[in-house]
Parts: sequence; structure tokens; C-alpha cells
Amino acid sequence: MNQLSVQHLLGIKHIKKSDIDLIFKTADHFKEVINRPIKKVPSLRDITIANLFFENSTRTKLSFELAEKRLSADVINFSASQSSVKKGETLIDTANNILSMKVDVIVMRHPSVGACDFLSKHVNAKIVNAGDGTHEHPTQALLDSYSIREKLGEVKDKKIVIIGDILHSRVALSNIYALKLQGAEIMVCGPKTLIPKYIESLGVIVETNLKKALNWCDVANVLRVQNERMDINYFPSTREYTQLFGIDKTLLNSLDKKIVIMHPGPINRGVEITSDVADADQSIILNQVENGVAVRMAVIYLLAQQIKQ
Amino acid sequence: MSKKLLLTEKEIHIILQRLACQLVENHQDFKSTVLIGIQPRGIFLVNRLMQILKEEYHISDIKVGQLDITFYRDDFRRREDPIAANTTNINFIVENKNVVLIDDVLFSGRSIRAALTAIQSFGRPSAIELLVLIDRRFSRHLPIQPDYRGRQVDVINKEKVTVNWLEKDKKDAVYIINN
Repeated sequence: MNQLSVQHLLGIKHIKKSDIDLIFKTADHFKEVINRPIKKVPSLRDITIANLFFENSTRTKLSFELAEKRLSADVINFSASQSSVKKGETLIDTANNILSMKVDVIVMRHPSVGACDFLSKHVNAKIVNAGDGTHEHPTQALLDSYSIREKLGEVKDKKIVIIGDILHSRVALSNIYALKLQGAEIMVCGPKTLIPKYIESLGVIVETNLKKALNWCDVANVLRVQNERMDINYFPSTREYTQLFGIDKTLLNSLDKKIVIMHPGPINRGVEITSDVADADQSIILNQVENGVAVRMAVIYLLAQQIKQ
Repeated sequence: MSKKLLLTEKEIHIILQRLACQLVENHQDFKSTVLIGIQPRGIFLVNRLMQILKEEYHISDIKVGQLDITFYRDDFRRREDPIAANTTNINFIVENKNVVLIDDVLFSGRSIRAALTAIQSFGRPSAIELLVLIDRRFSRHLPIQPDYRGRQVDVINKEKVTVNWLEKDKKDAVYIINN
């Protein structure tokens, strides 16, 4: 099949393995495109895309915008901080007002869980979830898997540990769904207070000892501690967190094998990983950023393909 | 469905020899010429021509690329079944080069139009030529004509011209298929 099985990309939970394969195959071609002297294709020149960011973002917003522009789409940007949302406008009203300007695709980040799902049922446009609260961040999970596939050949049967604030992380949840679909073994590691109850029901292993987790894995995906989402203290101090769950070069060198280090950004250097780990040759953090553009181009291209003339 | 043989294996070989000869006539040692096969089926033709140029004319250091035009097509969002992209493999720039675009069948000219746009992502060529094995007459939608043609044929629009290659289809042959 050369088509996605879904109408919107709301979360990895809704898509199939064949969709992931198609997105990766298409992303391979776009990765070649973005390494050409002229990094642009004309496919989406009659498509208009609105990026609605109701929550702060630097990397994801830039990555989406670049992906859209590389596909020749017309792009409009919207940030909640400078908009009528502050004046009390509802989400549907905001979206419908933007759609009246003939927008075909909406890329949305929103602090509320399920906002994209809700929007997809009420407005006539393709919706791409760029992060909804602590729920899902599907394009991040796709680019993470794509980067693992690029580095290790395939994702199937690889051992991946997700380290840090699992409780508040949409990246963790989307990654678990995506990696499961592709047949990887998954472990989560972090302070007990930041690991959701019943997470084992998703088929993941829980480990609270960082050294054991790193010795087990092929890839470590390190997450940021999301202080902005914490209403109470989940651990005594940042210093204690770093001592127990921070990765430094000495720790990496003490392992039996060379593992791959990933991080979705933004990095708090010296908290979850030290600078020498972030910049080490086994770190693929910057490859993730490059692959993000190619994967997002693939997602938008494949969804736009369904919009008939 | 009826299937009529248009070119036999022997006829194809003679035509390929002639096309290679014409290329050498115009491009001599290929120092400033690159050959670009259009995905998917132009690749077989370009490989055959390369083989002849190497064996008969001892020219082997020709720059060759594979160009996919999927993202440049003018029928995106207009097709029932979307087309899957193929690999583009051009690891050089075409700035100030003579580019020869190579495809098996020239029909509406729309693929070539897309290829003309696509190739410019790799620089500004000094000239672009077109080589095709089969040129379908009276079927063009755009003002595009080949510089080198294997065989010109007149077929009605609903008929399809298919080039079979030994490497992929077990036999060299060109058929006219009427569904």
C-alpha cells in the first residue's frame, strides 16, 4: 500500500506497522532530498498548512515549518501567547476561523490531552498532533525509531530503555507504542514517583537502577525532567536526581558494550546527561534533529496525498 | 487483452548499439556529460547503454545517476492510487554539465517535464538532452521531443507500450498491449 490507513496523525496508538514502514520508506527519499544542493520539492505547492502552537516549542515548531517549506506548502504560524486565545476564544472557534482562510492541514500542539483528537472530529482538515499534553507526540516517536533504524539497521528485537520522567512524558508514551509495533523490547527507568502505575500493562519492563538498565539496553533514550508539568515535588532535589539517574562518561565507559544515546531535546546539560555524553560519538541527538525534518515531510506528504482535488 | 510484439530482442540490441554510437558521436569522451536514468524503468536502459559504451568504445568513467520524479509530478492528489517514490541516486552536481535524460518510453512528456524540474535541484546544467527507446508519436501533452530515439511508433491512446528487460522481465522485448 502507498497510502496511510488513517486520515490524521493523532497518535501512534491509532496507526499500524504498515503505516510506520510507509512513513520510513518515504522519509528515506526525503532525507536524500534535504541533502541536495536545492533542498526542496514542489509536491505541496497548492496546500496551506497552519501550525497552531498553544504551548511553547522551538525544535518541533522549526522542524515542522522547515518540513512544510521543503515540500513547498504555504505555511502560517500561530502561537497562543500572541493570539485571541488569551481573549477567551475556544479551540474550535480558533480553528474554524483559520480554516475559513482555506487551510488544508493543521499541525497542533496543545497542553490538553486529546485536543487533536477533539479537533479532528469537529473541523474539516488533516490534523497532525505535535504533542497533546502528557499524552502523545507521534512525530517524535517516529523520528526516534527512524534514527534507531538508521543507526542499528532495524528496530525489531533491539533493547531500548527510556530514562527519566516517564509520568509527564508524551515522548515516552508514543515511543512505547511505536517501538512495540516494531517488535522492540522496552524498559523504562526512573524514580518510582515518575513512573506511572500499571505501565507494565503496556508490555514494558520497569527498572529503577540506572546501571542495570544501561547494561541491559542497546539504546538509551534519555528524557528531560519536565519541571513545568510538576505540581508537587517528585524527587528531593535536582542534585539527587542527577546522582541517581544522570548519565556521565564514567558510567558509559563502565558498561560492557557501547550503547546508543538519544535525547528528544531540549537537554538540561549536567542534569540528565553530561555534556561529554551529549557530544560523544555514540550520541545520535543531532541525527534525530535532521531525521525529524525528513520524517515530518513524509507524514505531511502522505496525509496531503489524501486531500483530493 | 491483445499483445503485439513491436521489437524483438535482436532489434532492441541493434537499436541500443545505434543509440550508444550516437551518444559517442555527440559527447566524445563524456568528460563533461552525465547520463541520468529516470526511475523506475529508465535505469535498465541507461545500464545497457553504459555496458555498450564500456565494451565497444572503452569509455568507462562516465558519471551516471538515477533520478526519481515522484515528488515533481503534476498529478499529485489527482490519482486514485498514489505512486510510491523510488530512490534518487545522484552523488555529483550537474552544474555546467551536459545532461542526457534517459527513459524507456516517451508518451505525454509529463514525466520529462517533471525530470527537467527535478534535475535543477542538482545545479544548472549547460544543456539537457533526451534519449528514449520508444517515442510514441501524436500523444504529447507538452512541447517535448527526444534528441535520440530508438523507434518511433504510432499507437492509439488506450494502447500501452511496454518495454521488457532481460534483467527484470526475463527477456528483451517491446510490446503493444491493448486492454
